[in-house]
Amino acid sequence: MTANTAARVGAPGRASTPRAPRNQRGVRATDGWWPAAFILPLFIGVAIFFLYPIVETAYLSFTASGAFGGSTFTGVENYAKLASDPQIGRSLLNTLIYTAIVLCGVPLAVGLASLVNRPGLRFAKFYRTMFFLPYVAMPVAISMVWRMIYNGDFGVLNFALSRVGINGPHWISTDGLALLSVAVLGLWISLGFNMIILSAGLKGIPVELYEAASIDGASRFRQFRQITVPLLTPSIFFVVVITVIGGFQLFDLLFVLLGSTNPAMADSQSLVYLFFNESFIKNNKGYGATIAMLILVLVSIATAIQFRLQRRWVNYV
Amino acid sequence: MRRIKFGLGMAAALSVALLTGCGGGASEPAKAGPAPTDLKAEITYGYWDVNQKPAMDKVISQFNQDYPNIKVTSEVTPYAQYFTKLQTQGSSNTLPDVFWMNGPNFQLYASNGQLAPMTALTDSKQVDPANYPESLNKLYSLDGKQYGVPKDFDTIALWYNKALFKQAGVAVPTADWTWDDFHKAAKTISDKLKSKGIYGVATNMSGGQEGYYDSILQAGGSIISADGKKSGYDDPKSIKGLQLWADLIADGSSPTMQQLSDTPANKWFDNGKAAMEWTGTWQVSEIKASPVKDDASVAPLPKGEQKATVIHGLANVVSAKSKNLQAAQAFQAFLGTKAAALTQANMGAANPAFNGTQQAFVDSVPSFNIKVFEDAANEYAFPFPVSKNTAAWNQLETDLLPDAFAGKKPVADVAKELADKMNALLAKE
Repeated sequence: MTANTAARVGAPGRASTPRAPRNQRGVRATDGWWPAAFILPLFIGVAIFFLYPIVETAYLSFTASGAFGGSTFTGVENYAKLASDPQIGRSLLNTLIYTAIVLCGVPLAVGLASLVNRPGLRFAKFYRTMFFLPYVAMPVAISMVWRMIYNGDFGVLNFALSRVGINGPHWISTDGLALLSVAVLGLWISLGFNMIILSAGLKGIPVELYEAASIDGASRFRQFRQITVPLLTPSIFFVVVITVIGGFQLFDLLFVLLGSTNPAMADSQSLVYLFFNESFIKNNKGYGATIAMLILVLVSIATAIQFRLQRRWVNYV
Repeated sequence: MRRIKFGLGMAAALSVALLTGCGGGASEPAKAGPAPTDLKAEITYGYWDVNQKPAMDKVISQFNQDYPNIKVTSEVTPYAQYFTKLQTQGSSNTLPDVFWMNGPNFQLYASNGQLAPMTALTDSKQVDPANYPESLNKLYSLDGKQYGVPKDFDTIALWYNKALFKQAGVAVPTADWTWDDFHKAAKTISDKLKSKGIYGVATNMSGGQEGYYDSILQAGGSIISADGKKSGYDDPKSIKGLQLWADLIADGSSPTMQQLSDTPANKWFDNGKAAMEWTGTWQVSEIKASPVKDDASVAPLPKGEQKATVIHGLANVVSAKSKNLQAAQAFQAFLGTKAAALTQANMGAANPAFNGTQQAFVDSVPSFNIKVFEDAANEYAFPFPVSKNTAAWNQLETDLLPDAFAGKKPVADVAKELADKMNALLAKE
């Protein structure tokens, strides 16, 4: 190894500066195959479990497949069906509504995280545990419990409402309301995870900034607005990206909370639910793969847009 | 994050299905006559009901008295994942050697060459189809060949709660009840016991078997034509069968679709909130353990144009790709014997399919009058409606019928739409 490369290796942070490409080529040439060998184990895993299935799904989406494997190429037939399938529009809209509602949990999580992280707060650990608990529990188990809570005739929620004179609706079997009920649950579950990420972000904000601000006479609210939120934007950005991707993948909550024979299901189903139905209930794997491709493309676009927009509002210090 | 993992599982399952789609190869047909008793082999037995494991273990040990060198290993998979898993196994030629099959899935497997026909077993009289109800033999036959040995069967009857009938001052159901009697009783009970939140009948929405399949047949209609090529839903008689339930829900004789979705029909009945329910043999064990166990009893389903119930049952089938086909078929044949049937009945595992072995099950709860189920099987049972890809149009029923029952759309319109879509699917089979 020459002194020249050793110096570069000693400063790995440099490798990612915009000017790096020319230098990197030099590094690669002199390092031989070692770097590739170290990446290989991870790459093999990713290739087998992520890249290969994506390529195969893409292929499958151009075929009509038999129940036990074996497929015939049908060109863009599945995509033509996708374009004319009235269920796609409805479920896409449902997916977007769900995602939008769950996203409302992000500002909520920012507020709660900064409350829980206030210096000197008593029982801080207790609160943190309480908020994080739903995320640790299995979503299916949670959905089972909430199915009982939401029950229109015998549920706790409507019982409580009846005590204050309100006749509660059938939350999870009424068109329109059902999706809303699922989204509220999704928001509640994601709150804990978001809070933990945001709390870590909060810990990274130097205390001196707050001290300086309070000496300058800034109120607590103004500190929150002008120090906490701007410096927390990298964490907020991460949480938003994860939430949007999670929103597009809505399935388990819907499946368990509503159940497949729910009269409101047609009105509430998500894209992934549709994918599941086509692939595994109707044995129509080709068309199922087409829906999966649509989801992949939509998630990619949504994420790409977010990465583009982040330049305008995320502050990396 | 957890959902991402789920998506990965799906992708993996998909890719496994793809990876292995091209394998295969025919296996040797079993020789005529029973397998030699010193046959040495290891085979797997796949099924879903963990409650039946003790009985299955007992049957395996009985089998080993004849064939001591065949080791049978059980693979129990919960029902919710059973057929998804089985399909993946089928795609990769790793099906269990012997496994449980149900009506809706049978033709899918048989028509795709996944199951070994029983021709050798029936030709050599190791299995005699005459020992089982005719409708079950038919359910597990395709193109003249039988593939499954009937294991057990269930029919549908009217469960009712004597105490609630008494409270409402209504006479309990009899064997010659008509739809009118049934509807009138349900309405009266709903009206009289409204303040207690009790309904006359809980409409079963978990599929057609416990409701509209039976009423369609009673009205003289059909779900699917006998050759499995055409939907019967647009038949005016079938529409009458669907209308029965829409009417019961509309006038409050039954809880609404929303109420039934939040709390399934069996829970309404088990907790004394509904006086009647149409359901099957398998509910015996659940109702036996419920708060209404002392008040519950069974009567035949009410009569429309005719008496009718669907009959369904499971069968034991053998994988066509089994590496130990001879051993697997020897076990399949044993599962169809009277001895195996009696073990199941005595241990309360299931209502066995072997003719004349049901008495033990009938005697298990005398107050329930379980004999009604057996009489139904012998006198007025219709085969369970299936085709090659039953699950595909079952999904249409689940998607479309709720609007009809809830009164959101006219029953006739929904039935017509369902028939058209179902015919389009059947044409592709």
